[in-house]
Amino acid sequence: MNPFASIGRTVIAFANHIGRITIFTSRSLYHCFTPPFYWHLLIRQIIEIGFYSLPVVGMTAIFTGMVLALQSYTGFARFNAEGAVAGVVVLSITRELAPVLAGLMVSGRIGAAMAAEIGTMSVTEQLDALKTLSTDPFKYLIAPRIIAGILMLPILVLVADIVGVFGGYLISIYKLGFNSTIYLERTWEILEPIDVISGLVKASVFRLIISLMGCFHGYHSRGGAQGVGAATTNAVVSASVLILAFNYVITELYFAI
Amino acid sequence: MSLGFSKISIKNIHKAFGNNIVLDGLNLEIQKGQSMVIIGASGTGKSVLLKNIIGLLKPDQGSIKVNGEETVGVGWNRKQKFLKKVGILFQNAGLFDSLTVWENVAFPLMQDKSFDRKRAQKKAFEKLSEVGLASDTANLMPAELSGGMKKRVGLARAIATDPEIILFDEPTTGLDPIMGEIINELIVEKVQQLGATTLSITHDISSAKKIGNKIAMIYGGKIIWIGEVSELNSSGNKYVDQFIQGSAEGPIQMDFKPC
Repeated sequence: MNPFASIGRTVIAFANHIGRITIFTSRSLYHCFTPPFYWHLLIRQIIEIGFYSLPVVGMTAIFTGMVLALQSYTGFARFNAEGAVAGVVVLSITRELAPVLAGLMVSGRIGAAMAAEIGTMSVTEQLDALKTLSTDPFKYLIAPRIIAGILMLPILVLVADIVGVFGGYLISIYKLGFNSTIYLERTWEILEPIDVISGLVKASVFRLIISLMGCFHGYHSRGGAQGVGAATTNAVVSASVLILAFNYVITELYFAI
Repeated sequence: MSLGFSKISIKNIHKAFGNNIVLDGLNLEIQKGQSMVIIGASGTGKSVLLKNIIGLLKPDQGSIKVNGEETVGVGWNRKQKFLKKVGILFQNAGLFDSLTVWENVAFPLMQDKSFDRKRAQKKAFEKLSEVGLASDTANLMPAELSGGMKKRVGLARAIATDPEIILFDEPTTGLDPIMGEIINELIVEKVQQLGATTLSITHDISSAKKIGNKIAMIYGGKIIWIGEVSELNSSGNKYVDQFIQGSAEGPIQMDFKPC
């Protein structure tokens, strides 16, 4: 086999894939802002993405906050800087861990569900039926999921911020013996609005990635149950990798500012 | 050449997927009030033809006119305008999993803003009754239905807007012979009531004879024979003879490459 031909085919396939994602994203965003709007579907998605994700996001945040307090204490105790635990917990949670971990958890829960649901509709002629019944699948299926996601993930991250910091507080006070008042004072002193805002901006971007990857892979799934399974896996893997990559890019941008 | 008014006119349609040529200059005229059935072996392009007609696929070349209006290469709005006159029964019924039976039937009605939900529900119940489904099935989800019931609901949705044209994609596939016959009879009855023009694709010869008054056979991406239902058994076409006899020997060679 000619290695140049092989490289060429790979490059063309990659460019083709990027092009398809770009066109899909543009169409999806266009339909988010143009009528008709399916409000009942949007509300259903808000409940599905927001309300039903609360337990998994909350559990992730509280345990992360607890572990963070323990680990940072272990480190700081080696050079007598235990007082920095409160600051490290709140900054790590708000700037980094809450948006990234909530994003990854929601990607696993919602991104996979979107890919499986739309993928099943694709392989069972439901998407074809929609198109022939004067209904654009981008408006009916994809736009409500993207809008609900962009609206709900920042709220979930805000909840994760509070629960995560609370988890760190619990361990610091009841296990490590910190003074409650001093711990809370240090938390408030070090926390700035930009820390929370930067996490929320990240959350919105991550949510867009999760919805787009879930819908894109589901929409293009072919070949029955195997195709739907592959679409679900691809949706979660691609969303997770993109979340980690964009997390770095956004963090870099904040550093530049 | 047609003498009457062509409801659907397909001229020189070509469609290929990579190197696999599926439709190769296919021509077909369907007159108003006609029930045309296209028969052909699996993988000969029946479903691809249907998808080209309803705009789910775009032909590489050729023209498809419905009611004299071109449908190839038109925008979303014009396509939807012609699709409003068309009802489609999909092979697997294509019912929406997330909606109840009556919501599925009412779906095309509710796309019309003049129909409120209550009126659409009333009409959906009427259509379900017409296809022999009791009102207690109306609130079930599609996953709770048998194959035959799904086809009935699909038929009720296809005729919900009283369309001028109805397309049937393998209407009896996956059904037992008795249920297949019941669906055939329902199709004939509803089409007569509506006075609709129909195009069906199937490889079920007994279904084709029942629901059609004209039959065409597709092979090699072209229509190779067309005639009245009564002429099918004496077509004099060796491809048609082999197909209706279900014989492995003959000019039709089945390859097993995925298409």
